[in-house]
Amino acid sequence: MNRAVIIWRVASFLVAAGFIALWQLIANLKLVSPVFLPGPDRAWGALVRGFSSGDLWSKLAGTLEHMAYGWLAASIAGIAIGAIIGSSRTMRTYVAPSLEFLRPLPVSAIIPVAIAMLGLTQAMALFVIAFGAIWPIMLATIHGFAAVEPRLYEVARSLQMSRLAVIFKIALPSASPDILAGMRLSLTVALILSVVCEILAGLDGLGHWVLLSARAFRSADLFAGVILLGLTGYVTSVAMSLAEHRLLAWQAAQR
Amino acid sequence: MTTNPAKALILPLSLLAAFEIWARATHLQSDSLASPSEIVMALAGAFADLSILAATRDTLFSAFAGLAIGTVIGLALGIAFGISTTLDRLMEVTVEAIRPIPSIALLPIALIALGFGYRMEIVIVAFACIWPVLILSRAAVRSIEPRLMEVARALRLPPAQRVWKIVIPAALPRIFVAFRLSAGIALIVAVTVEIAINPLGLGAGIMLAQQALRPDLMLAYLVWIGVIGYALNVLLIVAQNRLFGRAALSGDGQ
Repeated sequence: MNRAVIIWRVASFLVAAGFIALWQLIANLKLVSPVFLPGPDRAWGALVRGFSSGDLWSKLAGTLEHMAYGWLAASIAGIAIGAIIGSSRTMRTYVAPSLEFLRPLPVSAIIPVAIAMLGLTQAMALFVIAFGAIWPIMLATIHGFAAVEPRLYEVARSLQMSRLAVIFKIALPSASPDILAGMRLSLTVALILSVVCEILAGLDGLGHWVLLSARAFRSADLFAGVILLGLTGYVTSVAMSLAEHRLLAWQAAQR
Repeated sequence: MTTNPAKALILPLSLLAAFEIWARATHLQSDSLASPSEIVMALAGAFADLSILAATRDTLFSAFAGLAIGTVIGLALGIAFGISTTLDRLMEVTVEAIRPIPSIALLPIALIALGFGYRMEIVIVAFACIWPVLILSRAAVRSIEPRLMEVARALRLPPAQRVWKIVIPAALPRIFVAFRLSAGIALIVAVTVEIAINPLGLGAGIMLAQQALRPDLMLAYLVWIGVIGYALNVLLIVAQNRLFGRAALSGDGQ
């Protein structure tokens, strides 16, 4: 079984390598103008050059910083607000429907409002990223709190636990799979909004880098930036999976 | 969770009323805020001169065109990967390498290749819509009752007919769920592209209102974008319930 998995993996990598070779071939034959499509060799060259000169490092760090601060702020605020709303029946009847109404709003529409309030600044970017990333986390927390096994709440009542104790000892642990799933969704939102804010506000980051490269028709640098953004998305989601696996191990063992 | 509409409305209505009173009491002069009554007036004005309707048409056209293309590609790949495990395993690395690229990162590439306008927006929306459709339709095809596939084999249906007569009807409820999710994504991506760069549609409209220092119009656009997003969501959920009833629920994550 294990050997078959490895063989399939290798075959799958070979297919991907075949696609990259095809890309190289198309670029070499100039089927698509090299202005739009650099070969993988030139994109790789741009990546190496960018990293060795330190340019790409600082851009990558900028994007990761925006993403991380916005996402962390959204996680803390989202779980806190979600816990307050989710743990009270009154709040759920009065507040939750308004939140459900706001959920399908394309969050990027808040960007102009944020620009009007805060200008083209770092603070604007952080506000937008946090605002966009808070929804999945907050709604997942409310949902998780509402779906807690009712008997657990009965136990808490008969033990006369305080509301805080109920939240920390019962509701949060049992809602954690929902919350972590929400946090994973938010990670993607945070990355996208970071790129958009960097493009709009000219903040130091990969979004700004790809836009400048496109404006100057430096397609190799542009592709290098896009590849890095893809890697960022991939690595953060793998890291989140690992964290989820770790944090939820106790639940898997229980079932 | 049952919701009581009267109770649900108390919070937003009282917030709006409080804001209106505050704005009037302080004679609000701001580049970023406007009282609810001014927002309603601006929205009515934008309807009267048809500008917001034209912008809505542009945005929805791009979103739906991208959604259609992305759904067709995603569905074709999803069904192929669902039927053939070999193909799925061989393509795994390629798909997993392309999928995490944030759709908006393609914006500069689309910009230099296609210029401003509908085409670049449609391409980006299509890219974003492919993945949810691909993944959910692949799962839907995998979960088709195996006996149905045996019937197809016993009848010696050629592959095209097998897909058309057995696979698609059997997986349709869950494919529609994927379509519904993608439709939401399509609208979000379309508006985002317009806000970021493309001088078209609702996103460009709201950016223009902000740059013209018209907070009332800007917030009117924001409200309208919210209404469109909400209406699209409700419409698709109603359609899903009408078309498939409980059948769709098995595939819904919630």
